[in-house]
Amino acid sequence: MESGRFFGDGLTYLDPADLKGKLIAIEGTDGVGRSTHIEMLQEWLEVQGYGVLTTGWTRSNLMSKTIEAAKQGNILDRWSFSLLYATDFADRLEHQIIPALRSGFVVLADRYIYTAFARDAARGGDGRWIRDVFGFALVPDLVCYLRLDVETLALRVLESHGMNYWESGMDVKLGADLYDSFKKYQTLLIDEFDKMAEEYHFVVVDARKSPDDIQDILRAKIGPVLQTGEHVPPKAKASLEVGQDPAVSIETATSPSSS
Amino acid sequence: MTPPTQTASNLTEAHSFPGKLIIVEGVDGSGKSTQLLLLRKWLESRGFHVFFTEWNSSALVRYATKQGKKRKTLTPTTFSLLHATDFASRFYHDILPPLKAGMLVLADRYVFTAFARDTVRGVSPQWVRKLYDFAVRPDMSFYFQVPIDMAIDRLLAGTRAELKYYEAGMDLGLSPDVVQSFRLFQSQITMEYDKMIDEYGLIKMDATRSIEEQQDQMRQLVMKALEHYKPKRGTYGKRTLFWRRFDIS
Repeated sequence: MESGRFFGDGLTYLDPADLKGKLIAIEGTDGVGRSTHIEMLQEWLEVQGYGVLTTGWTRSNLMSKTIEAAKQGNILDRWSFSLLYATDFADRLEHQIIPALRSGFVVLADRYIYTAFARDAARGGDGRWIRDVFGFALVPDLVCYLRLDVETLALRVLESHGMNYWESGMDVKLGADLYDSFKKYQTLLIDEFDKMAEEYHFVVVDARKSPDDIQDILRAKIGPVLQTGEHVPPKAKASLEVGQDPAVSIETATSPSSS
Repeated sequence: MTPPTQTASNLTEAHSFPGKLIIVEGVDGSGKSTQLLLLRKWLESRGFHVFFTEWNSSALVRYATKQGKKRKTLTPTTFSLLHATDFASRFYHDILPPLKAGMLVLADRYVFTAFARDTVRGVSPQWVRKLYDFAVRPDMSFYFQVPIDMAIDRLLAGTRAELKYYEAGMDLGLSPDVVQSFRLFQSQITMEYDKMIDEYGLIKMDATRSIEEQQDQMRQLVMKALEHYKPKRGTYGKRTLFWRRFDIS
C-alpha cells in the first residue's frame, strides 16, 4: 500500500507502511453481484501477472462456524452481532490480508468494514462505537460501491434465491412481513452506504448496468491504483504468444486496456 | 432492543438504572471469586435475589475461543474481540435486564479484566476501552490486591494445582517456564490494574488478609452502599434455599 494506514486505533504491533500490495474493497448490499465481479477481476488480474487474494465477509477460519450457529439462534443483540463480525474480520486481516499485502498481492475484499457500519446503523447504532471497534482495520486503496436502488434490488433477490431472514433484517422487526421488512431494512442500508460514499470517497458504480459494463468500469478504476507505488506489474502478456493460453487470449480481447 | 440510555462515556459516569451492579477484579489466585461467592450467599440469606455472571462464560463464542486457543491462531486483537463478544452477549442477556428491573447483579471479572490483559497482550489501551464503551460503570468495583508469589502459591496449592497456558500468558513467550511466565505476565497485569484504581474508582481490597476479614469488610461496604436500595422481587419473600435463612449481621 502506498501510504498504508489504519482506520483508527490500529494494531500496535504492526507498521502498515511495510505493506507492498494493494487492498481493493468491493462493497454493496446483498444481491448486487459482488462475488461475480470479484471472480472476473481476479481472473483479469492474474492474467496480467498479479498475485491475487480474495477474502469474503464471515469466511475466517476462526469465526465462520460460530457466526452460522449464532444466526440460527436469532438471538443476537447489536453489540455481539457487530463484534462477531469484527472478530471474523480481525482474523482474516491478520492471517490473510496483511500477509498477502506484505508479499505484494492485490487483495480483493468482498465486503469490508463499511458493511458492518451500515448494518450497525440499521440496528440503531450512532456510528461512533462501530467505527472505534474497527479502528484496527487498514484503509483500502480503493473502495468500489456497487449501488442498486431498493426497487430493483427487491426484484433481483426475488428472482434469484428469494428473501431470507437476515437480508430482510427480520431481527430488527422493521415490517410486518418479509417483503416489507426487506424493503425497509435495505433502504436503511442503502442510505447509510450513500452517506459513506461521500464521507470515504467510494467509487460508486450503478449496478443496474450490464455485468460487462460494470466490469469495464471496475477495471478502469482499479487499473490506475495498481500502477502507483513501488509495485511494477510483470509483463506477462509480452512473453506469451497470443492463443497459447486460452485464458490469456480471451482476457486480452475483453480487457478495457486493449479495447 | 434498547441500548443503555447514556451515551457520552458509560464507564466513567454512574448508570441511572434502579438495580445495582457489584463486580470483583484481581489477578488469578487473588481470592476474588471466593469473596464474591461468600457475598452472594450473604445477600441471598438476607432475601435478595441475586444474578451472577462470570467472565468468558457465554455459549456464543465458546467454540471459537476453544478452537483458536487449541490451534494457537489467536492474535492479541482476535483474543480481545472474542472476549468482548462474550461480554456483549452476557451484558445484553444477563446484566442489563436485571439492572433495568432494579435487581442485584454480581459479576466475577468485568471490563477491567480486558483493559488490563489485552493491553499487556499488546492492543492499544484506547482501543480496548472504546470497544467496551457500551458497558455501564458498576456501582461497586472491588479490586483484590495480592503479591504475585502469594497468588502462585494459592493456585499451585489449590484444587487446580496448575497454572493454565493463557492465564500464565504463555502465548506471549515471556518465559518458557510456566511459573516464571505467570509471574511476569501477572505483574504487568497488576500494573495495568493499578492505573485503573483512580480512573474507574476501584475499591482496593487487601487480599493478603484472612478470608473472613476480607469478607467482613466487603459486607460492611456493600451494606452501606445498599442502604437506600429498594430491592424489587416478583415473588414476595421467597428465599432461594431454606437453609440459607440465617440472620448473619
